[in-house]
Amino acid sequence: MRRTRAAMLTATALAGVLALAGCAKDSGGGTSSNNASGNTGSCVTSQAPAAPAAATSSSSAGAKVDASSLRIGLAYDIGGRGDASFNDAAAAGVDKAKQDMGVKDVSESTASPTEDEAAKEQRLTQLATGGYNPIVAVGFAYAEAVGAVAPKYPNTKFAIVDDDSVTAPNVTPLVFAEEQGSFLAGVAAVYKSKSCHIGFIGGVNTPLIQKFEAGYLAGAKAASSKVQIEDQYLTPAGDNTGFQDPTKGNAKAAAEIAAGADVVYHAAGASGKGVFQAAQAGNALAIGVDSDQYNQQTVAQYKDVIMTSMLKRVDVAVYDYIQAVATNNLTTVPKRFDLKVDGVGYATSGGKIDDIVPVLQGYKQAIISGQITVPTTPAK
Amino acid sequence: MTSWRTKVLPPLLAIVFSLLICSIALLISGSDPLQAYWTMLRQLGQGTTAVDTVNLATVYYLSGLAVAIGFQMNLFNIGVEGQYRFAAVWAAIIGGALHLPPVLHVVVIIIVAVAAGVLYAAIPAVLKVTRGVSEVISTIMLNSIVGGIVAFLINPDQFGVLTGNNLRTQVIDPSGRIPGIPIGDASLFGFVFIAAAIGLAYWFMLNRTRFGFELRASGESTTAAAAGGVNSKRMTLIAMLLSGGVAGMVALPELLGRDYTYAITSTQGYGFTGIAVALLGRNHPGGIALGALLWAFLDKSAVSLEQVHVPKEIATIMQGAIVLSVVVAYEVVRRADLAAAQRRVGRALSGGRPASVAEGGAI
Repeated sequence: MRRTRAAMLTATALAGVLALAGCAKDSGGGTSSNNASGNTGSCVTSQAPAAPAAATSSSSAGAKVDASSLRIGLAYDIGGRGDASFNDAAAAGVDKAKQDMGVKDVSESTASPTEDEAAKEQRLTQLATGGYNPIVAVGFAYAEAVGAVAPKYPNTKFAIVDDDSVTAPNVTPLVFAEEQGSFLAGVAAVYKSKSCHIGFIGGVNTPLIQKFEAGYLAGAKAASSKVQIEDQYLTPAGDNTGFQDPTKGNAKAAAEIAAGADVVYHAAGASGKGVFQAAQAGNALAIGVDSDQYNQQTVAQYKDVIMTSMLKRVDVAVYDYIQAVATNNLTTVPKRFDLKVDGVGYATSGGKIDDIVPVLQGYKQAIISGQITVPTTPAK
Repeated sequence: MTSWRTKVLPPLLAIVFSLLICSIALLISGSDPLQAYWTMLRQLGQGTTAVDTVNLATVYYLSGLAVAIGFQMNLFNIGVEGQYRFAAVWAAIIGGALHLPPVLHVVVIIIVAVAAGVLYAAIPAVLKVTRGVSEVISTIMLNSIVGGIVAFLINPDQFGVLTGNNLRTQVIDPSGRIPGIPIGDASLFGFVFIAAAIGLAYWFMLNRTRFGFELRASGESTTAAAAGGVNSKRMTLIAMLLSGGVAGMVALPELLGRDYTYAITSTQGYGFTGIAVALLGRNHPGGIALGALLWAFLDKSAVSLEQVHVPKEIATIMQGAIVLSVVVAYEVVRRADLAAAQRRVGRALSGGRPASVAEGGAI
């Protein structure tokens, strides 16, 4: 009898766990305040590189590409469409392809948080046998699966975001120079900090997020020799909850702001919402990541503290890739989406960094020309 | 002795009930339940899904056994999750670093994994026996700690290797792998047989040895067992360590049969699934095997369902519904059986008259 009851309790607890796992934490509220100021802080100690004379990055609108015959398979990482992060960015790329290139048939499939490796292979295999071509795998967690499935379907084209370790001839890596975009975010943070004290919040302490951290630290130090930097991660490698925990993001960001930081940059996916909330409550500024978060619906209530966003154009990469497949010329896909091809960059929505755009353009030019090399691992 | 009804009826009832719940969920979400169920069945014939299901079930089976050993002693070892990950990372590190002849290499890796699992289970076991700390609390905490340990160990500064954007341990030499059995395109884990042997050993230990009897006796009632001369503290300690040892092997089918390395992207959560599987299987080695297969089948369905645009969460709903309804169904059938037995006894005692309530008859 006692054991039956224990079993029942266990079952109930388990059901609770299952239910909890399905819910993302959400935190709302926070008071509205506006502390944006356009004045350059006294933190800057270095002379910015000269800005290029005129903007030359005008992308020429080429001939209209028809991709209506393509059937695109999209395998998302955990979170999928609607994660307000890189899955969503990939989705945006495909949506744009639907609009511009007439793509009609798109099959999307999303990874479960606790699925095994075989499930990823199953997902890709089902897309491939279903006739989808090309197939885009979103996230480096698919590296093993793409490496296993792609050779079995040599006539199907695969692309994988954030990984360049797969060497099969029919696999196109879509990788980014996150450190370069983050470098500019670091420069912007220094220019906008009044206390000469800035912060970084990483979602999960993985090599990928360390590239954001490394670039940000390097950029900040390049602009100022006296800047103080708070630098924290939400969870250790392997614990992906760091990308989906706004409460934790809020707590850590609030701690950094309490320590004196007044500009906080996050590379923490959906946890970033908590960072924005903390910035709003603590009269600080925040820098978004991946997409132009100033214009993002899910964090619209905090837009007044989002001074800029480090753009990682997964959408552009996916779009370019589809276009390249449609025109049957994969050589047009850049080896790495960096500042030069506008694969990474910064957002100016909201106008809070309009005054320092020449400075950022100068640094951008210096990185493109190779004058500045940005490290990909944080200097400790 | 329990009748066939108490054994076969509850799981069948539970599955029917959860199908019902899922049909409602499917209808509400605007999908066709029949099409969804057909897709789930049909996937078994597609590609490698059937073999993948058995492979995954092997992992769940070991995890379920580990939990069940604890249940026998009335221990709720939630720590299987932490124990298997701790064991997996050490087995992968040491297996990747060593270069040994075939067979021996595999044996060493298995021993390392079991030892690591035992070690990590020893912490809550010793705390429980010496200080009376609830194993539920301590294992939950240890589960949380293991994430940090794994992250630390797979760091390139320690034993990790950076591959693309992923971090992993050294790849294990071919000598340290267990060859799979090729079935069509797929490959069945060789570890399936080791898992089956462990299941047999578990059954034998429980039903055919003095130790197993003492374990079950102390699980039913520590005081009664103590009166019979069983040292319950010793039983608690051994049960927990055994549970940890089996937990240590949970990741081995994948590690030695497919991945050959442990990465930060390696799957987590097998330990928690083991709890559900042990519950489904009523701690019986055969039942756990069926539970593991069912759970793995539903997991695989999630991927297939998305291909026909049915939300994959349906599979999760079905898993939750089955666990809940299995427990409820067993209880309902058990009570019905008990009442029937009481009536029988009552009738026999009263010489054919219907038994009165006081004698245990029906009200």
